[in-house]
Amino acid sequence: MDASEALSDERVLQNGKSAVVTAEEVTRCYGEGDTRVDALRGVSLDVARGKLTAVMGPSGSGKSTLMHILAALDKPTSGTVTIDGTEVTTLGDTQLTKLRRQHIGFVFQFFNLLPMLTAEENVRLPLTIAGKKPEKEFFEDLLQKVGLTERRTHRPSELSGGQQQRVAIARALVSQPTVIFADEPTGNLDSATSGEILDLMRASVDDLGQTTVMVTHDPRAAAIADRILFLADGVIVKDMTEGTMSDVIAEMDEITQS
Amino acid sequence: MTRVALKALWSRKLRTLLTGFAIVLGVATITGTFVLTDSIRHAFDSIFTTIYRGTDAVVTGKAAFDVSEDSGVEVPSFPESLLGEVQGLKTVGAAVGGVGGTAQLIDKDGDVIRFGGAPNIGFSVDPTQPRFNSIVLKSGTWPKADQVAIDTGTASKKDIEPGQTIGVQGSGAERKMRVSGLFDFSSEGNIGGATLAAFNLATAQRLFNKVGRLDQIRAAAAAGTTQAQLVSSIADILPPTAQVRTGDAQATEDASDTQGFINFLQGFLLAFGGIALFVGAFVIANSLSITVAQRTREFATLRTIGASRRQIRRSVLIESLVLGFVASLTGIVLGLALAKGLFWLFEQVGFTLPNSGLLLETRTVIVALVVGVLVTVVASLRPARRATRVPPIAAVREGATLPPGRFARYRPIGSAVTGLLGFALLAYGLFGSGLSTAQILTFMGIGTVLVFFGVAFFSSQLVVPLAHLLGGPAARIGGAPGILARDNAMRNPQRTASTAAALMIGLALVTLVAMLAQGIRASFFDAVNKIWVTDYAVTAQNNYSPIPISVSEPLRNSPNTTAVVGVRAGEARIFDSTDFLTGVDPGASKVFRLEWTAGGPQTMETLGDRGAFTDEDYAKDHDLTVGSKVGVQFPSGAKRVFDIRGIFDPPTGGSPFGPITISSKAFDQEVEQPKNLFVFITTNGGETEANTAALESALADFPNAKLQNRNQFKDNQFSGLAQVLNVLYVLLALSVIVSLFGIVNTLVLSVFERTREIGMLRAVGTTRWQVRAMITFESIVTALMGAAIGIALGVILSALLIYRVDFLVLSWPIGSLIVFALAAILVGVIAAVLPARRAARLNVLQALQYE
Repeated sequence: MDASEALSDERVLQNGKSAVVTAEEVTRCYGEGDTRVDALRGVSLDVARGKLTAVMGPSGSGKSTLMHILAALDKPTSGTVTIDGTEVTTLGDTQLTKLRRQHIGFVFQFFNLLPMLTAEENVRLPLTIAGKKPEKEFFEDLLQKVGLTERRTHRPSELSGGQQQRVAIARALVSQPTVIFADEPTGNLDSATSGEILDLMRASVDDLGQTTVMVTHDPRAAAIADRILFLADGVIVKDMTEGTMSDVIAEMDEITQS
Repeated sequence: MTRVALKALWSRKLRTLLTGFAIVLGVATITGTFVLTDSIRHAFDSIFTTIYRGTDAVVTGKAAFDVSEDSGVEVPSFPESLLGEVQGLKTVGAAVGGVGGTAQLIDKDGDVIRFGGAPNIGFSVDPTQPRFNSIVLKSGTWPKADQVAIDTGTASKKDIEPGQTIGVQGSGAERKMRVSGLFDFSSEGNIGGATLAAFNLATAQRLFNKVGRLDQIRAAAAAGTTQAQLVSSIADILPPTAQVRTGDAQATEDASDTQGFINFLQGFLLAFGGIALFVGAFVIANSLSITVAQRTREFATLRTIGASRRQIRRSVLIESLVLGFVASLTGIVLGLALAKGLFWLFEQVGFTLPNSGLLLETRTVIVALVVGVLVTVVASLRPARRATRVPPIAAVREGATLPPGRFARYRPIGSAVTGLLGFALLAYGLFGSGLSTAQILTFMGIGTVLVFFGVAFFSSQLVVPLAHLLGGPAARIGGAPGILARDNAMRNPQRTASTAAALMIGLALVTLVAMLAQGIRASFFDAVNKIWVTDYAVTAQNNYSPIPISVSEPLRNSPNTTAVVGVRAGEARIFDSTDFLTGVDPGASKVFRLEWTAGGPQTMETLGDRGAFTDEDYAKDHDLTVGSKVGVQFPSGAKRVFDIRGIFDPPTGGSPFGPITISSKAFDQEVEQPKNLFVFITTNGGETEANTAALESALADFPNAKLQNRNQFKDNQFSGLAQVLNVLYVLLALSVIVSLFGIVNTLVLSVFERTREIGMLRAVGTTRWQVRAMITFESIVTALMGAAIGIALGVILSALLIYRVDFLVLSWPIGSLIVFALAAILVGVIAAVLPARRAARLNVLQALQYE
């Protein structure tokens, strides 16, 4: 059995009806019988509008599974997830597609850019897919903000890792989604570049009010968040509001040792 | 989204190119076929329009029924006196009479001048009536009595100049004639391959044994008379054995014989284009499936940023649409080159076709584009559907694989059922009673396609055992690379099976052809062995044209001959259908050994004016017994009743006799210009050098007659089919080449997919050579899999046909089958060249970091 004690729902659900993303009693298990693995064992949380929420945890804690379920990429075994008032766990493929277009942006560890498109085309892609045209001014501002104006015609293969992640962030921001899910956004970058990317993400929350959920095991990344949820063995064990890097490291040590 | 699809396509140029090539060849075949047949048709049309330019009405003889070309009998001629009557009509401005026939030219070495199987045409020309004369004199003079003018094409190929003497053989012995001049067929040039010889009317009549007779009268209308008035005024004075048409109508009529041939050729070649496209569809479907699998993350990412399933499907379909379009355009260009190649190919096998320039019709372009694009898009439907099944979560999962489709587990049973259904349809087509030819072909066609589908999809079940079996030698010879290659071939059975399936189809068809050819050969050789008791045979140099009956004379006069038996053949109306009637000389009992169920060998000697014999099947079909009466109508319209005096049972390989055989005497009484198909000779002492020399010298005046012994006769008679066989192999090679590209494509994609793995192998000490060997072995194992299944399937399909068709016997073309297996290995080696080089050249460090 796990040593850490799960936080009660009341303590994690603090934003009530103003929450952008809400998870209630989410469980997820893989396999059956002897090979059954409980990745999530009853997680409830909510995400405040305009804030950066980090989900922190060691490998195998279930944080990736949690993010997949929050972002409606995966379905929970039980429990519900609501995004902007819509319960997403029961939606069909068409409705999910609509949801992704309007409400969700993604930032991936491996950037996931389309290699044949230029930086600019990659950024514009979500709008193209939804059949929309970007407002010119907003689009230019966005490119400027992520620092891609100079490299807009380059292809991903001609860009550094950091630059690629900037393209990915701009791509997530371009449709002004209700929430952005970032999956280990610095996981594939060196530390200097990581710093720049984290600054950019922080800025997008502060300047654009972009609600963001970030899953990471990098304490430095977690430290820029407004709120840090610690996950261990499939449950939330700590809810920290604005922690420094050392706070985060200390908390992680505690979790892994216990 | 369309732009994204196009850019995706552009970013994978090599893969796209290889994939597209599968369609290019099929479309090229279809384009080439249309270009070829349109060009031939155009060439023939212009030939016939040229001939009748300036002619308002044409009088020809009229056969009692439609006589086809080369049938051994001719449309009857009419008396020359008719020309005077026509000229006497007020409606006629001018009229000339003419005769024509086969005029074989013989060079100074005594050799027959012929180019492929093109015709040797002789005709009379009247230079005083230039309006009826399409040919243009280029040098020398028009031919006078016992002179010949020949076309410039033949003259330049054989270095013949006016003033020289050449040999000409018409319906009798060779005649020496002075070449008076050279001409072009028309102002546009000559007819490819054909030799043309022009004579004055009297010489032509003597040459073709038509003294006092005419084949044709050409008339021009008098001033103020319309063509219709001219035709109807001539019709009024014609005997029942002649008919009149306008010049245009006669051109169309003359062209109609060739139309049938061209349509057949077109259908025949289109079938091979269809096969190449069918194989191409497999290659495309497989390549796209692999590409889709490799682009899993890309599709998943598109899904996470809001792309719907429909958009994903559309993007794959747009890619294939563009691919199909570009490939089809390339195919059309290549098709023009292929048409030239086909002309060349047919010429090589003795089948020179007239060619007055390649003709690319709008229809050709449209059909080629539509078919090419359609096949590509249809082949991409399944990969496109697979792409839509990529879940968005695959964007964040390492090495995500596609979930199996809903129907995946029904696949083995589904493919087995499809294959069995195919076999059932095939069997029904073959053995079902009361089916028309069209129905039989439809059932067999659909059945075969279903069998191929079934086997192709079911064969993924066979990959693992076959890889063990065929990969065994690779593993033993190749060491570690061999073992890896074998295992690589097994690790994605579906992919290996689909890749091999393309080759399987080609090899199944090649095997089928080889088996059937061997079956025909065996039964034919067996038949000759059973029937022949003679020493020599004489046929035309080309083995199939009828030869003049006068050839028999000098043979009979040769000192050692004991029997010279000609077999006449020609079309006649028997029991309300046009059938082959044969006539046989006395002495037949000395050259043929037949199994008589009624009558006996003596029957052949005592046929007289009214006797006939028939074979068992025909007798059964028409309730004939000895004493039955059979009415025969000849092309002249004359009818004669024969009574059956004997019935024989022919061997499975057939006999030289048609359904009804009469005496050559009776045949010659009713048929104008009778000709022999074969002459058989027995001699004192059998086949000896002295006898051969004596017979050769007896034939000196007939250079077009070819003396041959039994084995030569067998080979010669089979050579036509052997040549057709070679054409079939060349055409089927197209689909094998398509499948070769399929293997290349799969390997390139696999190498690409296993970049990291190959880097790892290199990092732990595998040499470049070993990497190459690994890819090559994998390629060979895949190709051999296709060959094994294909050859087995070909054998099964041919066994069905052999069981059904009477004149086929089961006989194994072992040599050919071994060659096919070796060819498959070669295909494997060639297909591996490019991918193996790419794999061997991978930078180890980069490959390891490749993600």
